[in-house]
Amino acid sequence: MKTKTETPVAAPESNQTRSVKIIGVGGAGVSLLDTLPGDEFAGAGFVAVNTDAPSLDASAAAVKIHLETKLMRGLGTGGDPERGRAIAEEQFSTLKTACESADVVLIIAGLGGGAGSGISPVLARAAKETGALVLAFVTLPFLCEGNRRHQQAQQSLEHLKSVADGVICLPSQKTFKLIDENTSVLETFRITGGLLVEGIRGVWQLLTRPGLIQIHFDDLCALVRNRHSESVFACVEAAGAGRSREVVEKLLAHPLLDEGRALAESDAVLVSLLGGKDLTMAEVNRVMEQIGRHCEHAQIIMGAAVDAEMKNHLSVTVIAAKHNPVAPAESPAAGQSGEPAEQAFPRGAARPSSRCMPQANPFSLQQREQTLAKNAGGRARKSGSRMRQEQLPLAIISKGRFDKSEPTIHKGEDLDIPTYLRRGVPLN
Amino acid sequence: MFDDSNIIVGLEIGTSKICAVVGEQNADPASAGLNIVGLGQSPARGMRKGEIVDAALAEECVRNAIVEAEQMADVEIRSVYLGVTGGHIRGFNNRGVHPVVSADREISDDDVQDVIKNAKAINLPAENTVVHAVRQHFLVDGHDGITNPVGMLGARLEVDMHVVHGNTNRLQNSVRLVKGLQLEVEEIVFNGLASSLALLTSEQKELGALVIDIGGGTTDYVVYADGVIKHTGALALGGDHVSNDLGHGLKVPLSRAEKLKLEHGSALVDEAMKGRTLTLTNELGLPLKTINVEHLQRIMSLRLEEIFQIVAQDLEQAGFTDYLRAGVFLSGGCARSPQIAKLAEPVFQMPVSLGQTNSISGLKSALDQPEFVTAIGLAKFGSLKTRKREGKPSFAQGIKSTIAGFLRR
Repeated sequence: MKTKTETPVAAPESNQTRSVKIIGVGGAGVSLLDTLPGDEFAGAGFVAVNTDAPSLDASAAAVKIHLETKLMRGLGTGGDPERGRAIAEEQFSTLKTACESADVVLIIAGLGGGAGSGISPVLARAAKETGALVLAFVTLPFLCEGNRRHQQAQQSLEHLKSVADGVICLPSQKTFKLIDENTSVLETFRITGGLLVEGIRGVWQLLTRPGLIQIHFDDLCALVRNRHSESVFACVEAAGAGRSREVVEKLLAHPLLDEGRALAESDAVLVSLLGGKDLTMAEVNRVMEQIGRHCEHAQIIMGAAVDAEMKNHLSVTVIAAKHNPVAPAESPAAGQSGEPAEQAFPRGAARPSSRCMPQANPFSLQQREQTLAKNAGGRARKSGSRMRQEQLPLAIISKGRFDKSEPTIHKGEDLDIPTYLRRGVPLN
Repeated sequence: MFDDSNIIVGLEIGTSKICAVVGEQNADPASAGLNIVGLGQSPARGMRKGEIVDAALAEECVRNAIVEAEQMADVEIRSVYLGVTGGHIRGFNNRGVHPVVSADREISDDDVQDVIKNAKAINLPAENTVVHAVRQHFLVDGHDGITNPVGMLGARLEVDMHVVHGNTNRLQNSVRLVKGLQLEVEEIVFNGLASSLALLTSEQKELGALVIDIGGGTTDYVVYADGVIKHTGALALGGDHVSNDLGHGLKVPLSRAEKLKLEHGSALVDEAMKGRTLTLTNELGLPLKTINVEHLQRIMSLRLEEIFQIVAQDLEQAGFTDYLRAGVFLSGGCARSPQIAKLAEPVFQMPVSLGQTNSISGLKSALDQPEFVTAIGLAKFGSLKTRKREGKPSFAQGIKSTIAGFLRR
């Protein structure tokens, strides 16, 4: 059934032709890039960018860009993002050529250091200038890594947000929930990386698999834009007869979603289902119903796709974005087009055929956030803190010899308390 | 010392006293095959609400009771049937279903075993174990009231079971204590069930009866109807609560409250006692305190009445009130309270009497006390079990009889 429809909604061909480049930046980015299984991401161009030669040498990426000047004497950025930025600006044209001919650029970086924090925003800008859609997957450093790194990461994140179409960030601190006392440092970094890779895989599947119910890359970008620091993602998979139920259970137990609490607090949720050819509408419905119940106040964007290889499997990727009360700096590029506010909402058929991401009017976007906050935030907060009647330890009546034994409770009455007292029989 | 292979010992570790009853099995059908030959008891310490709170203290008391029983019966006790109780014990009815698959639809022994197995497969909380699974009746194709379905025709065999279960760890506490004394525990038995075995005749079971055993820390009750156990329950309420209430209400120490309960207590407020006072004296005979006897009896009466009311409510909920044509039978230490039957009658609206352990022979007059009912019942439970086992002669016995046969020739 390959009808050449003009609407890109149901045309899987448009996905096939989309060329994607995955660029790892900095030490963390390059090593994460290497953990991406090549066969799964067939068709994507892998690019490694770093200032550090040994790290690049070890990388298996097809294209390696070594940013080097005499200034550095082969010592890398020394953890200074300013240096990273300076060198990236210097070699801006090189970066631009690397991004050439790509429709979508995924940037992977660990923020906080010199290269990742410095180069990523410049690279994003370069990619943007070639006309590609830019989505960045970044990790924030652990709190214990120190104040300076944290500040650098935050600054870089702000820069990145202003240039990239979307930023999905994973605060490493969150992975503490996943690890126990005995987990080694190496293992912890591996887990953090694994989570990020999971997210990338989810987005990759979103972009490349033929969609029954399509999610556009624009939808994704609209979702993550301006909410970055709060957006969380989870990717779960299940197989077998009860897969739809299992998937929801796993999702709600996912540590990054705070046992489903993140869903309740979020105001926009993107759900992408990927199943084999045996994916049934009932299953899709069941999963969506369950997720919908947990985020009643959120705007839900949903997509479903089919992959013949996913036989008997169902994988669900959820990206939940929480409203960030402090509106981040608007992109300088944004706002030049006076597009209506609805553009920020998914509107399948109206998707522009160009790769240019529709930039929403900043005012209208803020307005939307405000309305969302008004509608959802208040209620969400209320439901978060459930009212509970505390019991005061007002043990006026001593239970004598039964003081320390397990109380005998019958229909809410503590039978260890003398009957005549409970019944109020007067003794004078 | 005689052959102790037919010696059966029931051990009840109660909240206020520990009682061991030694029974000797005989072939006399008039005494239900059990002759009580010894009894040992010791006041219990380290127990609360039917459960152990101080194992060391409790162990010493159990040892005393066992030694006394051994001396009286002149036997060496090796194994016991152990009574268990506690507020965690629950009973419920469960039905097992089994389709009869044989071609001629005749129900075989295997079918019966299967359906019983199905009925025993129950969904209990992980920390609980089954104490008893008692068969009630079989149903063949929905036809009720069948006691032995083997040989009958039918497509669907069902069985009703009464299952008594309790918290594993709490049950194991007393078992471990007994094992620590180098005694074997043959089986654990719910105290309420043991009491009912000792008190009820088969006729009463058939008519329908309720047995309430009000002990020191717990009240156990069992409902029989149509000859089978229909309902069981345990409440962590008992004589200790009465004493505690008295201590609280009269503002006297617990030991004194206990004594007052025994000397002046009554389940109903005695009209003659109204306005009467008692003067308590200290060890030198000097007056300490004056208490009102009416108050004492009122406090006690309220507590006992409440216990009966809770049991009555439970029965009403389970829907067994109309089945109890033989009435209510009381046992346990609290059943000694004067006028307790009179108190209970309006609550249950049926005849209430003190239970009589008439189905057992032996040291009769000395034994027919409400406190010993449970321990006697435990011994009786043991005798019923061993008799069932003897139905099938063991391998050793088989050889013995063969050799005896040879010698006789």
